[in-house]
Amino acid sequence: MFKTLLKQLSTLMISLLGLTILTFVLSQQSDIPIHDYQSQNVFIQYFEYLQFLATGDWGISSIHKRSVLKDFLQHFPASIELIVLALCLAVTAGLSLGIIASTRRGGWLDNTLMTSSLIGYSMPIFWWGMLLVLLFSLTLGWTPVAGRIDFQYNIEPYTRFMLIDTLLHHKEYGFDAFFNALHHLILPAITLSTIPMAIIARMTRSSLLAVLKSEYIRTARSKGISNQRIIWVHGLRNALQPILTISGVQISIIMSGVIVTEYIFAWPGIGKWLLEAVSRRDFASIQGGVLALSIIVITFNLALDFLSIYLNPRLRRPS
Amino acid sequence: MIKKPNENKDLMIKKLMINRSVYKSVYNKVKLLIILTAAFCCSCSDQQTSSSNDKEQTELLVYCSEGSPDSFNPQLVTSGTSYDATANILYNQLVTYRPGTTEITPSLAKSWDISDDGLRYTFTLREDVPFHASQIFTPRRNMNAEDILFSFNRQRLSDHPYHDISGGRYPYFNAQSLDSLIKDIRKVGDHQVEFVLSRPESPFLSILATPFASILSAEYAQQLNRLKQPEWIDTKPIGTGPFRFERYEPDSYIRYKRFDNYFIETERVENLVFAITPDAAMRFARFSAGECDIMSYPLPVHLRVARKNDLKIIQTPGLNVAYWAFNTEKPPFNDVKVRQALTMAVDREAILKTVYDRQASLATNPIPPSSWAYNKSVNKVIYSKRRALELLKEAGYENGFSIDIWAMPIQRAYNPNARKMAEIIQQDLAEINVDVRIITYEWGTFLSRVSRGLHHSVLLGWNADNADPNNFFTPLLSCSSVLSGNNYAKWCNREFDELILKARTSSKQQKRTEYYHQAQQIFKQQAPWLTIAHANNSVLVQPDIQGFIISPIGNINFEGVTSKTADEQSEEVHAEQDDPANPKVNN
Repeated sequence: MFKTLLKQLSTLMISLLGLTILTFVLSQQSDIPIHDYQSQNVFIQYFEYLQFLATGDWGISSIHKRSVLKDFLQHFPASIELIVLALCLAVTAGLSLGIIASTRRGGWLDNTLMTSSLIGYSMPIFWWGMLLVLLFSLTLGWTPVAGRIDFQYNIEPYTRFMLIDTLLHHKEYGFDAFFNALHHLILPAITLSTIPMAIIARMTRSSLLAVLKSEYIRTARSKGISNQRIIWVHGLRNALQPILTISGVQISIIMSGVIVTEYIFAWPGIGKWLLEAVSRRDFASIQGGVLALSIIVITFNLALDFLSIYLNPRLRRPS
Repeated sequence: MIKKPNENKDLMIKKLMINRSVYKSVYNKVKLLIILTAAFCCSCSDQQTSSSNDKEQTELLVYCSEGSPDSFNPQLVTSGTSYDATANILYNQLVTYRPGTTEITPSLAKSWDISDDGLRYTFTLREDVPFHASQIFTPRRNMNAEDILFSFNRQRLSDHPYHDISGGRYPYFNAQSLDSLIKDIRKVGDHQVEFVLSRPESPFLSILATPFASILSAEYAQQLNRLKQPEWIDTKPIGTGPFRFERYEPDSYIRYKRFDNYFIETERVENLVFAITPDAAMRFARFSAGECDIMSYPLPVHLRVARKNDLKIIQTPGLNVAYWAFNTEKPPFNDVKVRQALTMAVDREAILKTVYDRQASLATNPIPPSSWAYNKSVNKVIYSKRRALELLKEAGYENGFSIDIWAMPIQRAYNPNARKMAEIIQQDLAEINVDVRIITYEWGTFLSRVSRGLHHSVLLGWNADNADPNNFFTPLLSCSSVLSGNNYAKWCNREFDELILKARTSSKQQKRTEYYHQAQQIFKQQAPWLTIAHANNSVLVQPDIQGFIISPIGNINFEGVTSKTADEQSEEVHAEQDDPANPKVNN
């Protein structure tokens, strides 16, 4: 167990090192130097660069002269809110759709679910988002087009998590502001969660089907254990391992999806911030954003690895 | 979840039953989910209707803008987006333009006096102009000469205590080389300042009406010095303008509140919000859904949709020009006959139709017809391939040649699609045996290469920052701008240069007009550019918004803008007068 952990951590260190080399090379391309290095030697500069990163000096944006790290942290909560909701949506809906499909294997429901999931994950996300806006916002008028909240709610950004901030403004607006913020979240979250939801649903179905065919399930059935229990306890827990692995991969899909989604819905998160930086050649922000995003993806994957080790005893011992 | 069935039954039956009940429960769950979402959506749409009622109570005006400002101090930036968010909202200048025109009127200065040699400008300031207050600053005096000195000296003097704050770069001030033009600024009295120039410069008043000349508070600067946070002067702005700054969330919104002690009595809304929406399609969607009251920079296609749906479009001919500049230092463009021939071979009507969707007018001179210096008697370029071929033959190019056209890669109101424009020119020139290669680079690289003169010919545009015609001629066509400025034709004509210099230094409007008229004749005859079009400035406005006037210079102004239902239509007529193409929008 300890050895596995160590192995995982060492891969983390190596990928982080590779990443910083990449962003360091990127930062060298900037017209205006991002950091003031003491040394002329590139190798020593790299270590100085690591030192700057460690002390929180990620450079100053060449466009608006703000600290990159501060800028990133300011934009991050909006993205987190969206990502967490989308991830919850993708996992719950994906799992339940997969379970429904696998329990009615070959039926019309299974077929429709699998076809629509195929369509779901082959769709370009920006097109899908636009389509949803066209239908739900412009034609039906059910959801707002863009933004995080209606502007008549004057919300002081204490935490920058809109759902929390609106609850903190409970005195002025009651729960109206909170629901309004949630209402603004629906469409972007659905857009963002579509692809991972489809993938998780397909994975759940195939993995659960494989498990349900195995000997011990048959034994369990013959013992008269209820179908409910077989699926939720014996089936799903064993089927969960590949699903978790797949969900881990989804985080990078979601991270790249969030950039497009935020652009479409004018969502003031890191995606929109990064796109703006790219279009204006703000090298300090680009390298900071790339670095931070990659760190998040890597650590998230690592956490998932640990979780799957915890869930699956077979993985605890390195082979 | 479900009650266990009777255990005494047969195993098979049990299994079947369980199966059925599982499906049933799943069905129920799905049903529940549908009902819940439906209920949620309904509750939300209910909320929306109730919220639109609130909206009228709190008086809110939402402007969908195209980007985040780089700074809240217009002295530090040159982008139109930053000017829109600051110059006419938070600040005032000594003089300003009468709304919707290019005519100079008093603002912070109530009157001014220009000495006979044109070197001394004495401004008498208003005494009743208060500054905004904020949590960290309570002004104890009204605006006076100290503030004028502070605002200009910060940019002008490198030893000024505030010069190096926020980077110490003042791009507009330096680009106009105002440090050499302004010799001194003196305080004559508490409410009188004198600008001493190193040479007569007749566009000086227009220059003082530009955003970089906004007046900041010297008292606020002192207060920030005490707090040891001098850079807050640019991030927590204090000005004299019609609205005060409330909050800015980067890439999301800017909130302003009405400044109740504003020195001019005009109607304003209580809350002004800039909703930052960079994508034009999304901006239009927000506007269509009623999330914003005013939409900036609609695309031609949006105008067409808006026209079809009877939405209100406000337009005015802009102070801009799109042009095709020939690099006159390179053959064959060093030959004036070749230049003339090429200008005749391009069907600009087709460009106007396909690229601008007719939201522009054909350009004859570098300056638009709304300028007082416009020369009406200059001959328009006639589209004639036969004549072009003749000219090329005279120049000895009857077998044709090949050229490069560099097309600007970004979209601007004055040149919405340079690439397409280049393609049309390519087709036209193919008919007179001229081969065209179209070249684009990423915008930053493009500009730096073009200013180094690496191009053959280039499709670009220009948007004036002030209404004086000098703002077109000197930066774009003078000899001095060949080396440092935006003269991408690299065209230096002594006679022309002398004329525009005379026009710039002479103080009599009549004389200036005469000089500019002659200069335009020379320009047309020498044809360093093909002038293509002057694009309209346009915004989309919800029907209940009254009093919005768009400026030819392009800066947005929310003074006098109110949100009212029906009733007062008189103001609206005024706003609509610039829009002859769309007379039916008044409902």
